Amino acid sequence: MNKFTGKGVYGAIAIGKILKFQRRELSVKRKHIEDADSEKSRLATAKELAVHQLQEIYEKALKEVGEANAQIFEIHMMMIEDEDYNESIKNIIETQMVNTEYAVAVTSDNFSAMFGSMEDSYMKARAADIRDISNRIISNLSAGERENVIGDEKVIICADDLAPSETVLLDKEKVLAFVTAFGSSNSHTAILARNMNIPAIIGVGSDFLDTVKDGDYAVVDGFTGEIFVNPDAETTKRLQKKQQEDEEKKRLLQNLKGKENVTLDGTKINIYANIGGVDNIGAVLLNDAGGIGLFRSEFLYLENSDYPSEEQQFAAYKKVLESMAGKKVIIRTLDIGADKQVDYFNLAKEENPAMGYRAIRICLTRPEIFKTQLRALYRASAYGNLGIMFPMITSVPELEAILKICDEVKDELKSDGMEYAENIELGIMIETPAAAIISDRLAPMVDFFSVGTNDLTQYTLACDRQNSIIERFCDTHHEAILRLIELSAQNAHANGAWIGICGELAADTSLTETFLRMGIDELSVSPSFVLRVRDTVRNINLSE
Amino acid sequence: MVSKKVTVVNTQGMHMRPAGILAKAAASHKECKVTLNAYGKSINAKAVMQIMSAGIKCGTEVEIICDGTEEQAVLDEIAGMFENGFGE
Repeated sequence: MNKFTGKGVYGAIAIGKILKFQRRELSVKRKHIEDADSEKSRLATAKELAVHQLQEIYEKALKEVGEANAQIFEIHMMMIEDEDYNESIKNIIETQMVNTEYAVAVTSDNFSAMFGSMEDSYMKARAADIRDISNRIISNLSAGERENVIGDEKVIICADDLAPSETVLLDKEKVLAFVTAFGSSNSHTAILARNMNIPAIIGVGSDFLDTVKDGDYAVVDGFTGEIFVNPDAETTKRLQKKQQEDEEKKRLLQNLKGKENVTLDGTKINIYANIGGVDNIGAVLLNDAGGIGLFRSEFLYLENSDYPSEEQQFAAYKKVLESMAGKKVIIRTLDIGADKQVDYFNLAKEENPAMGYRAIRICLTRPEIFKTQLRALYRASAYGNLGIMFPMITSVPELEAILKICDEVKDELKSDGMEYAENIELGIMIETPAAAIISDRLAPMVDFFSVGTNDLTQYTLACDRQNSIIERFCDTHHEAILRLIELSAQNAHANGAWIGICGELAADTSLTETFLRMGIDELSVSPSFVLRVRDTVRNINLSE
Repeated sequence: MVSKKVTVVNTQGMHMRPAGILAKAAASHKECKVTLNAYGKSINAKAVMQIMSAGIKCGTEVEIICDGTEEQAVLDEIAGMFENGFGE
């Protein structure tokens, strides 16, 4: 197995045989000529043919990759007619009395060198456009048709580099992937590959083409930029699985984006996403989640070497809320403890951190840390649709203490003349059996519940979820857990609160129907599961 | 001869697309010379490669000079294209 790495420009997997892209050698020889006018008329004929060819490529591209991307070929036509470019060619023919091929080649070198020396990387990449049009003219000057290189079998095209026109002219139905030794991600080939939805890797290096042979079996991973030539069975299997998952995801995206989360009998549910940092917002929007059901605020603390300031937190929360443009964003307050260590908190090592000094217990012991976070959250609330959620709740007095601090924060902000939204929803995590059991007492105090099934499972079943030896005793579908969720749902609804699930169980599609029947209002899952859960919901019929 | 100063509003500057649109429009007026002054250089607005290779960035002030038949109308047309960012 040989592995090469470049830059993936379109994320997808391709598996198949390699075909090295052969272009006709354009060796240009300098020849002395006697009749400059006849050379100039040869140039005119070759240019006319080139424009005609580009017109055809433009029309093909228009159909396959859209007008914005096809425009490049319109500009290529203009470049062929460019005054300076033509002046240069004619000048060389006349002053040196040389053949047109040579004059075009020299002009091409000069013009592409000019672009190649520019600082701007976009402009640098335009040197390839000059060479593309020049080679087209030179190739038209000598007789011979451009032949179709691909046979009947689908192939992975490997080349030193591909000109935009070469890319578009390849039969898209027969190309599994492009791999080029050189090239930049700014090149039109990269842009076209993305638009043609073909996995492509560029810049894998010069030894690549020397190593591979036509017919070699290879796997292309456009996500990581890796190509495995003659891969071992394990690699093939791993990437086949990745390919299937990717294809399923793309199919879901295509079929389900923009669709409602509604069952066949018309029951609706919200499907939100769980994320752990500002960087994941792109994935939330891409997968069409209705909101963020769990935004873990720990990253702000874990990334920092000291307590994050109110301003720093405010900026991060504001960014999330603005990016979600009015969609619900539920931010969970600090949930660290001895299992998620942050040095500057100076937490002592504990025998049993899951049941120790963590989350809301730290916040209520050290209210100054809690208040800084709440001030930042309330201030950010003016920029979107915020919900605040408190973790590790076990009792009514705890929740009373939290709500009292929230009121203090609001009063302080008011007297500081700071704005905040009036409609912020406050909720708690149901992740201890205690909270589920007294959910009738907690529900009247909040707007929503969110069931954290991971902790709820380990606390209910007394099973450490990190310990693989007891995995078979840790039945995530245990009746006790489902009963606690159902009890919490009943108590939430009886008190005008809504209830969601944000633990791993939310994405377990074998339970989606059960949750719908319990009346769960929202499921919050990893962005990549949103559409899969939507797919499940849309195939459930609760009236049956 | 007439002239007008405009500012490039396209965020990527005069890249391929706006350069192409400009050159196409300028070249359609055969009897009128269209020149741009930027970075102290004189650029033939009918030559797409000259425009591109000048590497004119967003925010740069460019002077358009038109000289020939219906020069004022040509100037207004070209200046208008700069102002609306070549439709971008």
